[in-house]
Amino acid sequence: MSATTGRSRKAHSTPVGLSLLAALGLALVALPLLGLALRTPWSRLGQTLSSESALTALRLSLVVSIAAAAIGLVVGFPLAWMLARSRFRGRALVRGLVVLPLVMPPVAGGVALLTAFGRSGILGRPLHEAFSVQITFTTWAAILASTFVSFPFVVLALEAGIRSIDERLEQAAATMGASRWYVIRRVTLPLLGPQIAAGVVLAWARALGEFGATITFAGNLQGRTQTLPLAVFQQLQTDPEGAIALSLLLIAVALSVIVALRARFLPAS
Amino acid sequence: MSLRVDVRARRGTFIVEAAFHAEPGRTLALLGPNGAGKSTLVDVLAGLLPPEAGTVTLEAITLDDATAGTHTDPEARPVGVVFQGLLLFPHLSAAENVAFPLRARGIPRQEALRRATELLADLGLADRVSARPRDLSGGEAQRVALARALAAEPRLLLLDEPLSALDVRSRTQIRALLRRTLVEFPGVRLLVTHDPVEAMTLADRLVLLEDGRVTQAGTAQEVRAAPRTRYAADLVGVNFFEGRLERLDPGAGRIAAPEGDVVVAWPHDIGTEGESVIGILRPADVALHVQEPEGSARNVLRGPISQIAIEGERARIHVDSSPPVVAEVTLGSVARLGLHEGSDAWASFKAVEVRVLPP
Repeated sequence: MSATTGRSRKAHSTPVGLSLLAALGLALVALPLLGLALRTPWSRLGQTLSSESALTALRLSLVVSIAAAAIGLVVGFPLAWMLARSRFRGRALVRGLVVLPLVMPPVAGGVALLTAFGRSGILGRPLHEAFSVQITFTTWAAILASTFVSFPFVVLALEAGIRSIDERLEQAAATMGASRWYVIRRVTLPLLGPQIAAGVVLAWARALGEFGATITFAGNLQGRTQTLPLAVFQQLQTDPEGAIALSLLLIAVALSVIVALRARFLPAS
Repeated sequence: MSLRVDVRARRGTFIVEAAFHAEPGRTLALLGPNGAGKSTLVDVLAGLLPPEAGTVTLEAITLDDATAGTHTDPEARPVGVVFQGLLLFPHLSAAENVAFPLRARGIPRQEALRRATELLADLGLADRVSARPRDLSGGEAQRVALARALAAEPRLLLLDEPLSALDVRSRTQIRALLRRTLVEFPGVRLLVTHDPVEAMTLADRLVLLEDGRVTQAGTAQEVRAAPRTRYAADLVGVNFFEGRLERLDPGAGRIAAPEGDVVVAWPHDIGTEGESVIGILRPADVALHVQEPEGSARNVLRGPISQIAIEGERARIHVDSSPPVVAEVTLGSVARLGLHEGSDAWASFKAVEVRVLPP
């Protein structure tokens, strides 16, 4: 019907082939969501989500993802600062290493973590022998796995942010008697507010969905390392409806993040 | 008890070599065209750029001594800076900006804010203490930056182009405020500017910086009487000729400048034949005519009038002769002679009116 108006056939009309492919792409996203919505046991949703095992997994997921984002910020800021400000040999190598977890398959990341922190790992073995400390199969392992895959988001967001700061502002602060730490605390970090928010939220969302490295490195122990994604995977084999309910919960959390950040990441139409 | 600077500093491939001193209770203007190295020197004095060679001392303290490897970090210097572009902290209010140097030195928040508010009130900003920099007008932001530079009671106050970002109206206002503030400031005041009016109205002494070198230092009167370079001559509005000195007859010679020759009285006190000299000629000593003049003036130059600039009751007439000269005449003469841009004129001046100086 739009073809009869004449105007729509100009710049704003989409070629038929393109429309079909676009519809296919949309269906790829929409169909699974539709399936999830149709198969959700809405009548016993509340009951499923408030079950002991679901609440335990949710609590653990929040602890692990928030801890991963926090650790990511604490170690990510210094790394970002060095990458943005220091001139040192091997800077390109460091940046490559830091972003590697972004493109590395998480399962491979989990295996790599095992070789470092596992009981026979290069750091794990001496730790175990000297202090009887074991990292694998503990909540710390889940946090470590989530931090590993998520902190590059913090580094990338903060490095770009630090580069965009006018260095003269920090120099001006120094002429006012501010030590280097004071400048970072009172000038650099406050100016980085939006980038810190963006980096931390992205890292947190990535940590929340983390599966492969966690199950490989930390195992799947309820109450200790079984985060929501792992619980979904396990439920699917025994109680598909429960898995659907938990998936819905994960999606709801992810969606709330996108809504909260839409102004920053989704261009206004 | 003063500021003594004798340094060589490098920024990229640009090198500044400057030596000058400044006394407390006085204002020294560092005057030079854009790119002369003024801001580089500001960074050296603020401690942001360690000099490659030389020393900076303030009162009895050695801030920099490149030979001894001494460098005082910016945060340890008793220096207050109003930066070009101001560099107010965008995330802090006006009062928090002014309190920053106090808090950075360990003064508690309440006390720092109280003093900041007082300082802002002194500068007429009592009602703007909680405004963010982006909500301040140019003049207000300038005053906040000034208050911030004064807050920690520095012994050296550096003002880098303090009026350049302002519109004409607030410039007049801030200049008056600046003059008051400078007079009350007990330490060394250093004003960095490319604007000769700013320099001559606010400073007691001038240091002229060109292309990374000090070309002249002295009071405005001294520079006016004997500018050393074309830039300095332009600043004070006098004609400037530079060339080899040649003998014409026992009492006279000529400066062979690339743009044309000028006849001068033979300078017995300086120079021998063939040496490079400078000739200074006050525009008021140049007479203008519409026909070839008869008389004793040995310099008679002809050329089209390229520009007429009116200053009060007088006009500066630029004659594009060889060499070009500027004459200053009354508005009455302009009307009587019927001078206008593009018309031909004769400029004449006596040989003795040209002051000959060694380069």
